Amino acid sequence: MLRASNLEVVYDDVVLALRGVSLAVPDGGIVALLGSNGAGKTTLLRALTGLLDIHDGEITKGSVSLDDRPIHRWRPERVVDAGVRQVLEGRRVFVELSVEDNLKVGAHTARAAMRDNLERIYELFPVLADRRAKTAGYLSGGEQQMLAMGRALMSDPRFLLLDEPSLGLSPKLVEQVRDVIVEINRAGTGILLVEQNATMALSIAAHGYVMETGRIVLDKPAEALLRDDDVREFYLGLHPGEAGERRSFRDVKHYRRKKRWSA
Amino acid sequence: MTELLEAVLRGLGTGSIYAMLALAFVIVYKSTGVINFAQPAMMLAGATIATYAGPAIGVVLFASLSFFLSVGIAALLTALIALVIERAAIRPMVGRPAFVVAIITIGIDIAVRVVAGGFIGLGARPVPNPWGLDGVDLAGVRVQQRHLVSMAVLTVVVLALLHFYRRTRYGLAMRAAAFDQEAALTQGVNVGNVFAVSWAMAGALAAVAGSLLAISAGVDRRIWVVALIALPAIILGGLDSLEGAVIGGLAVGVVQALVGSYQREVAPWLGDNFSVVAPYVLMLLVLLAKPYGIFGTPEVRRV
Ligand SMILES: Nc1ncnc2c1ncn2[C@@H]1O[C@H](COP(=O)(O)OP(=O)(O)OP(=O)(O)O)[C@@H](O)[C@H]1O
Ligand SMILES: [Mg+2]
Repeated sequence: MLRASNLEVVYDDVVLALRGVSLAVPDGGIVALLGSNGAGKTTLLRALTGLLDIHDGEITKGSVSLDDRPIHRWRPERVVDAGVRQVLEGRRVFVELSVEDNLKVGAHTARAAMRDNLERIYELFPVLADRRAKTAGYLSGGEQQMLAMGRALMSDPRFLLLDEPSLGLSPKLVEQVRDVIVEINRAGTGILLVEQNATMALSIAAHGYVMETGRIVLDKPAEALLRDDDVREFYLGLHPGEAGERRSFRDVKHYRRKKRWSA
Repeated sequence: MTELLEAVLRGLGTGSIYAMLALAFVIVYKSTGVINFAQPAMMLAGATIATYAGPAIGVVLFASLSFFLSVGIAALLTALIALVIERAAIRPMVGRPAFVVAIITIGIDIAVRVVAGGFIGLGARPVPNPWGLDGVDLAGVRVQQRHLVSMAVLTVVVLALLHFYRRTRYGLAMRAAAFDQEAALTQGVNVGNVFAVSWAMAGALAAVAGSLLAISAGVDRRIWVVALIALPAIILGGLDSLEGAVIGGLAVGVVQALVGSYQREVAPWLGDNFSVVAPYVLMLLVLLAKPYGIFGTPEVRRV
């Protein structure tokens, strides 16, 4: 179990980005984390994987634990070594390295199993196998997302934290990404899926959290979230009681300003 | 014709040493984004260590093996010195603007040179070697053996570096960290260690270059100036390109040799010591045509 308890995170000693966030990812489960821009989703992932430091961020309260062992003081490479891996927002493949070299860097902490893992990744992502010698910068957005995920799988992680993997992809590719996530999960990896695409995320997650301005405001089974009026309104674009006909943007804004999430 | 060939070979010989010094700059620059101005001091320190290591180990089997052993010891110890410097003075500066770190390296350069100077004394200290200024006849062309040795060492160094960057775990990690530090961290790469390794490699290379330089006339306090000639070499080749460093270093060596041989006949009005400034003139001319050097990347691409 990967768990964040009452996390408070401050950037640059002043910007309070997380205000008491608790979340749990069970082994082998899929958990979705939703929230609009600037809610603090990426910050939470950074807190889980030791990346706050390089962003001048700091955990000021609370803890992160892996099987009840506190890990929030660990350096990023130690977190990776313990089996928790993050795929950064925006893919961030090493554009000047070949596809295969990207995967090899992904195996930095697990060189002994590199050959087997390469084979496994190429089986999971046949597009990567076809382009293994190609420079990663020339791959399409969808292929780069596959590469970023494949690279993270090169050390057989127990937990995979994905930051908006569907960002900027066509609906067809989003479906592909979703299927791959399900497959990775079926092989035993626990997934924390950060998404703005709630439909996609909730369709495969067992549990979901909704964040707003540094707080978890909803924490429910995915099914319950899908039925939640507020989630339908803001994340699925559906309106309670109305079939079809969209309310004007101004109405939504107005409604939004008045109504706050209630936990 | 023979005269020209001899000048070119001479140039390639000295150029090989420049190329190694340039490689040392590029290795550190590529992974950390810092121009390490302490490189001349590392060269001086490495060569000085070789002058002590040589007599200490005496002659093992034969003289050239002894020379390479003492160079190996110098490289190892200089790498260690570089590691200590990186840890103590550079690591705490990670995240500061590159020019601040560069200025710190200038301070380190001066300090290390003073210490090395103390070990050298006033005169020149020899590095025991079998070649000195001896020549060899290659089909009618005379070459000094030391130039051939330098070329051979450069070849080995380049092959080793290619293997390191393409095939080894740390080499790949170093390239990854150079492109995107955060992404490298998420792969489990300890970026701090990667920086340290690049400093150590540069230190070792500087020591090798310094020892080769000392074959002819030994080590005195002023040889560090030679390391500065690596600057036009890397600027010619592009700060972040290994191939560029090699070609730039060789080009500077050859241009210097040609200017040294012919300029007095062809263009006497340029004065007596034009070969000393020739590398810088060459650098300016190339920069006018190619502002990022011949092999440099204009800007890091981000997708
Ligand atoms: N390096 C940083 N320094 C200072 N403030 C930051 C930094 N990174 C993020 N923040 C702030 O912390 C808050 C949360 O940002 P975060 O990136 O975690 O949001 P997010 O939910 O991932 O948003 P998005 O959907 O846009 O990716 C925002 O107010 C943001 O401005
Ligand atoms: Mg984000």
